Amino acid sequence: MSTVLPSATVTEPEDRLTKKALTADHPTWCPGCGDFAVLNIFYRVLEKLQYPHEKIVCVAGIGCSSRFPYFMNTHGIHFIHGRALPLATGISLSRPDVHVFVFGGDGDGFSIGGNHLNHAARKNVKLTYVIMDNFVYGLTKKQTSPTSPIGFKSKTDPTGSVDRPINPMKQLLASGATFIARTHAAQVKHMEQVFERAILHDGFSVVECLSECVMFYAGAFDDSTPRKGGTFETVDETQHDVTDEGAAFKLAENLAPGKFGVYYQVQRPTKNDLEQKWITETQAKIGGASQKDLLRKRLEAMR
Amino acid sequence: MSPGLYAPHSLRNAVIRFAGNSQDGIQSIGGFLARLAGRTAQEVMTYMTIPSTISGGPSIFQVHIGSGEVLHAGDEADVLVAFYQHSYDSHLGALRDGGVCLYDSGEVKEVRHERGIKHIGIPFTAATVEAVGGSTRDRGKNMFVLGLVCAVFNLDKEKLIGIVSRQFGKKDESVLRNAMLAFDAGFAYEVGDLERFAFEHGEAGDGHRISTDGNQMLTAGLIAAGVRYGAAYPITPWSSIMESLRAELPKYGGIYVQAEDELAAVSMTLGAAFAGHLAVTGSAGPGLSLKMEALSYASMAELPIIVINVQRGGPSTGLPTSVEQSDLMQAIYGSHGDCPRIVLAPQDVEDCFYIALEAGRLARKYSCPVIILSDQALSSRIEAFAEPDLDVHWVEPHIDLSTRREDYRPYPLDRTTQHAPPGSRMSSGKYPVISGLEHDEWGHPSGSPKMHSQMTGKRRQKLIDAAAEFPLPKVHGHQEGDVLIVGWGSTYGPIKESADRLPAEGFKVGALHLRHLHPLPNGLETIFNRYEHIVVVEMNDYGAYGYGQMATLLRARYCNPAIKSLCKTDGLAFRIREIVTGVEKHLAGAG
Repeated sequence: MSTVLPSATVTEPEDRLTKKALTADHPTWCPGCGDFAVLNIFYRVLEKLQYPHEKIVCVAGIGCSSRFPYFMNTHGIHFIHGRALPLATGISLSRPDVHVFVFGGDGDGFSIGGNHLNHAARKNVKLTYVIMDNFVYGLTKKQTSPTSPIGFKSKTDPTGSVDRPINPMKQLLASGATFIARTHAAQVKHMEQVFERAILHDGFSVVECLSECVMFYAGAFDDSTPRKGGTFETVDETQHDVTDEGAAFKLAENLAPGKFGVYYQVQRPTKNDLEQKWITETQAKIGGASQKDLLRKRLEAMR
Repeated sequence: MSPGLYAPHSLRNAVIRFAGNSQDGIQSIGGFLARLAGRTAQEVMTYMTIPSTISGGPSIFQVHIGSGEVLHAGDEADVLVAFYQHSYDSHLGALRDGGVCLYDSGEVKEVRHERGIKHIGIPFTAATVEAVGGSTRDRGKNMFVLGLVCAVFNLDKEKLIGIVSRQFGKKDESVLRNAMLAFDAGFAYEVGDLERFAFEHGEAGDGHRISTDGNQMLTAGLIAAGVRYGAAYPITPWSSIMESLRAELPKYGGIYVQAEDELAAVSMTLGAAFAGHLAVTGSAGPGLSLKMEALSYASMAELPIIVINVQRGGPSTGLPTSVEQSDLMQAIYGSHGDCPRIVLAPQDVEDCFYIALEAGRLARKYSCPVIILSDQALSSRIEAFAEPDLDVHWVEPHIDLSTRREDYRPYPLDRTTQHAPPGSRMSSGKYPVISGLEHDEWGHPSGSPKMHSQMTGKRRQKLIDAAAEFPLPKVHGHQEGDVLIVGWGSTYGPIKESADRLPAEGFKVGALHLRHLHPLPNGLETIFNRYEHIVVVEMNDYGAYGYGQMATLLRARYCNPAIKSLCKTDGLAFRIREIVTGVEKHLAGAG
């Protein structure tokens, strides 16, 4: 490394990371919003993992769910619409000592930032990305989203949406992400397990979390909410091989309401490791020359 | 007649134009000559045109070598080397009266004997094939021509061979052998009754001199400034900087990322900045347009970032391999909202190194975007200059992860923001959120009218402070008088040379070159007030009101009606006579 970074230290008992220490501003979300549960479960998982407080980074773009960093008392950055992933890529690649978490909605992930999702995933950048999918644009007050179903009436589709929605699981599988899961904000235990597995995955881990917008798309996820008469069916990993991409695609065929859990998980070298390997090999070749001497040599070659 | 019968004619300056196709390797022999000039204490400036087609097409490489200061690539050539009939037809007009034209007699069939030009036909292709033999066809004829030029100008053959060997030495042994066979054949070729020349010796200063192009010097300057991270997307004429950074930074423990697009490139770079590093992204005009939203964010969030724009002809895809200075307004104002940022422009290849260092220092000091406006001419032309002293010009990369004091605020109203990157502990236990929403001192979103006014003022203050620290540029030539020629960027040399020539017409002329474009240094009005006319020379359009982009800014800033414009948009660097004639017109009241 060009810069000597302190290695991750064991947290002292008095520094124990608690929900209280992690709590910041009171969320500005509407009462009843599914995102509250996501935030609470994220606190709980971080309490369990006990990363050093200063090494946790929360990143977001634009949207209701993207206000997340303001509600987390960690280093945070609230960026522009759709570009949270490339920003997080810059952090992850240049600071291997920190833990990078990205939060956003369906607009950020599948519409304005869609291309970035593909590339961060295929490069297997080490970070965890939670897409809080509500099938609608909430911050701008009810326009059609890329995951809105056909027939959904919004301010931009007053007679009902006509465009085929994105299938998030298929999209993520095709992108090359190495950990892909689906969970539900009304199923906190499930959410907790999935988040923890995602965070512990060494690579690009992405979770689609259905999170209801009670203001602009109430009832969107009733079909997967048992107390509303739906069925919440989880992926049975004794039957589904999470390393089988074909099986994962098959699992993703019908997501109404579909199954919840880990669809796909494989180990592939991360971009972080591959770049570091290149650095190590390059530096081994040039021996112990100082950085200043390296540049001096480059200038001398121009004489 | 053998060449030895002529005593070499001594000369201080010569402009040699090679005209052929881009695959003939004329750029490489031009590069060898430029490097040789640097090694023999001569000054040099090169100029080339590259077709924007994927492969091939007419191309030229012009080398201006001189024993004194060389400030431009030459208005007209002393020697034209024509590889084809089309090269001859297109470039004979660029040869001065009484100049020398060496042409491939196997390719150029019709020559026009005019203006006292001496024509010498030499079978470049046939002679190369004969010398190298085998199935080489015409590959290597550039080396034949290099040998020929070496003999005609009595160049230092040993040094030249050294430079060539180092270049070809990286490749297969047979490549160097064939190159040298062709070179020797050219060197020994009997050119008939052509007079021989020899350059007067340049004044060797202390220390070493190097020869390279602007993009290479920007790269070196960024590394010296402490840049170890960043991301970009390929675009002409920026790409060679990102290619160099991608290959070089791992040696320094850094990473340069090829991003999926321009938006991702600037975002990744801001990610590295947020993480505590000095980081760089870059592009040409079209890419800078795409980065604008994120750059506005950087002003608001107060993150340091260096952005390089190697300008080319616009608008839109425009002229990818031509030069223009039409992105000035975009660089200063091209984002939504009031988003202060600093804009600098290097004046020549050497300055690319120092401007990159300054950009790094300013980005860190003011925690804001710093844009460097280079251009296509600077990116590709080769100049010789003193090697930078790294013992003086070197910034060790540093990331401040110190524990922040109890009263740390990410956006203090009473002082300049200094970002606390992840990994820094907060004594207060409160961690900062970096925000693109208008915010209070702690980074909380705030829509308060008072807070927005105060924060806008806080961000504006950076420009006011920067203007106060920028040095007032020195006037070259007359310190007061008839006309002040003002320029910025790569026009430095031609403007200076023009200012030197104009007094011959009896005028008192000064030249002023701006490196700090935004904010402008304090006190320029005191200089402007000393001249009757001020002519701003720019490679951009007059626009609806008759003024170029910098002239528009200067008129708005100083309300001085003496400020006028001399603009052009032909995609080519300014020639001396274009500036001289243009300024004379202004002086005659017809400008």
